[in-house]
Amino acid sequence: MIELIEVSKVFETQTATVEAVQDVSLTVEDGDIYGIIGLSGAGKSTLVRCINCLERPTSGKVLIDGVDIATLNPKQLRKQRHKVSMIFQGFNLLSQRTALKNVCYPLEITGVPKEKAIKKAKELLKIVDLSDREISYPSQLSGGQKQRVAIARALATDPKILLCDEATSALDPNTTRSILSLLKQINEKLGVTIVVITHEMKVVEQICNKVAVLNNGKVAEKGLVKDVFLSPKSAIAKELILPPASGETKSVDGEKIRIVFDGVNALEPIVSNLILECRCPVNILSADTKDIGGKIYGQMILQLPDDKALSKRALAFLEEHGITYGKEGEAL
Amino acid sequence: MNFVNSLFGDGMLLTYGEAIFLTLKITLLGTLIAYIIGIPIGVLLYGTSKGSLFPNKPINAVTGVVVNVLRSVPFIILLVMTQPIAKFILGTKIGDNAFIVYLVIAAAPFVARMIESSFKEVDAGVIEAAQSMGSTNLQIIFKVLIPESKPSLIVGAAIAITTILGYTPMTYLIAGGGLGQLAIQFGLYRFDSKVMYMSSLLLIILVQILQEVLSFIAKKCDKRIKNK
Repeated sequence: MIELIEVSKVFETQTATVEAVQDVSLTVEDGDIYGIIGLSGAGKSTLVRCINCLERPTSGKVLIDGVDIATLNPKQLRKQRHKVSMIFQGFNLLSQRTALKNVCYPLEITGVPKEKAIKKAKELLKIVDLSDREISYPSQLSGGQKQRVAIARALATDPKILLCDEATSALDPNTTRSILSLLKQINEKLGVTIVVITHEMKVVEQICNKVAVLNNGKVAEKGLVKDVFLSPKSAIAKELILPPASGETKSVDGEKIRIVFDGVNALEPIVSNLILECRCPVNILSADTKDIGGKIYGQMILQLPDDKALSKRALAFLEEHGITYGKEGEAL
Repeated sequence: MNFVNSLFGDGMLLTYGEAIFLTLKITLLGTLIAYIIGIPIGVLLYGTSKGSLFPNKPINAVTGVVVNVLRSVPFIILLVMTQPIAKFILGTKIGDNAFIVYLVIAAAPFVARMIESSFKEVDAGVIEAAQSMGSTNLQIIFKVLIPESKPSLIVGAAIAITTILGYTPMTYLIAGGGLGQLAIQFGLYRFDSKVMYMSSLLLIILVQILQEVLSFIAKKCDKRIKNK
């Protein structure tokens, strides 16, 4: 269990004082996949580095299984770090070592005999599905493969906790999905607690059970993913979960309206019904919706026909069905 | 044998051979000792810098100043200034062995800066990863910094050797020997330009060989390049 109690981190630069993390308190239970989401500069990376003491909090406490890590001496801290592994956005593999030797590194530094280390490293590469790339150097691997090697390396010391600092941000969508499902598998099969730092909603959606939304160093909102996603309360959570539509619709004539889905039953085909019932043809100019726990969240930009009577009927239909709408480009 | 004699001059072949051997001995021994002293200083310069492994502003500043001072004094003056040190270590201020002492004093700070800059090229993320895995500073130096910067260190060694080789002719000042001394003795004092050109040519060939061999090794051991 990881407990952060009122953790703050202040950076003093010559020109300014930056409060990267302010009074953050959160608890990660054993077995959780805990997402910490926020825009860049929100303090996510600093916060996660407080967990393995790469950054020392200016104030507040970090307890891991009840032990305050600030009280550990350097030797105890190194021992602690064998149990709290980390993977990075930039993979950070040793470029002059093969994949196998990279996975051996954490074992070497803990004094595991060579043959035993190699045996273990081979098993781990098998878990991450890279048995055929043992003798490849990082420069010969793709981004996804490098991250798999990094994950194997992070697992070498049988950690209880795995910290992922934007681990999928440098990867394409398909690779991201496969890395995330690997992480989920590790969480389920090996019982490793995972903390995921990300700016991407879909990462949290795909694997996390709990989430904390970080804004300007403070926790704006936290809780179970389904609760936070179903009814985001803070402005920043709403912004992240219901991103504003990118408005490249200016060139189109006719009335444009923005309709917002904030928890409509996913089984109800609103737009189809609108078209069928009102016999009003609409044009979907853009749509960004997601299905969270059987409910639809997001928004759509619709172009209504020039015929006033028809569009009026369409708007009446939306009102009738309790759907919020407004002129495109205006706040609701 | 006639051809050889006409090329090098009568009975000069052995002289050239001895000179090459001596130049190589002074250069390689000087470089080796300069590295033995320079590596720890380089590690100190790197490790004590801000945000590094064991930051320490005073030590970093003092080491930096000493290194810079030694590097800014021209070699020929350093050679005169540090004669008491050679006297203290070897009991003599002159000769080839004393010259190695001067070479080391001049080259070790230079080597230290090169080591420091090679280490700085290592991705900070990789060092952070090593720290996150619970590495000690010694483990980071020996298992991360040195292996990761190996190609750069070898290229640095090529530069160091060439520079040190360039210093060797100054042995003539303190009654040492070697190719450079040959060139100066015959070219400057005896107006025998043939020996001067021949010795210089041999020096050039030596530099080329050392440079090429080390570059080849550096390229061969760099795994960042996709070559296989």
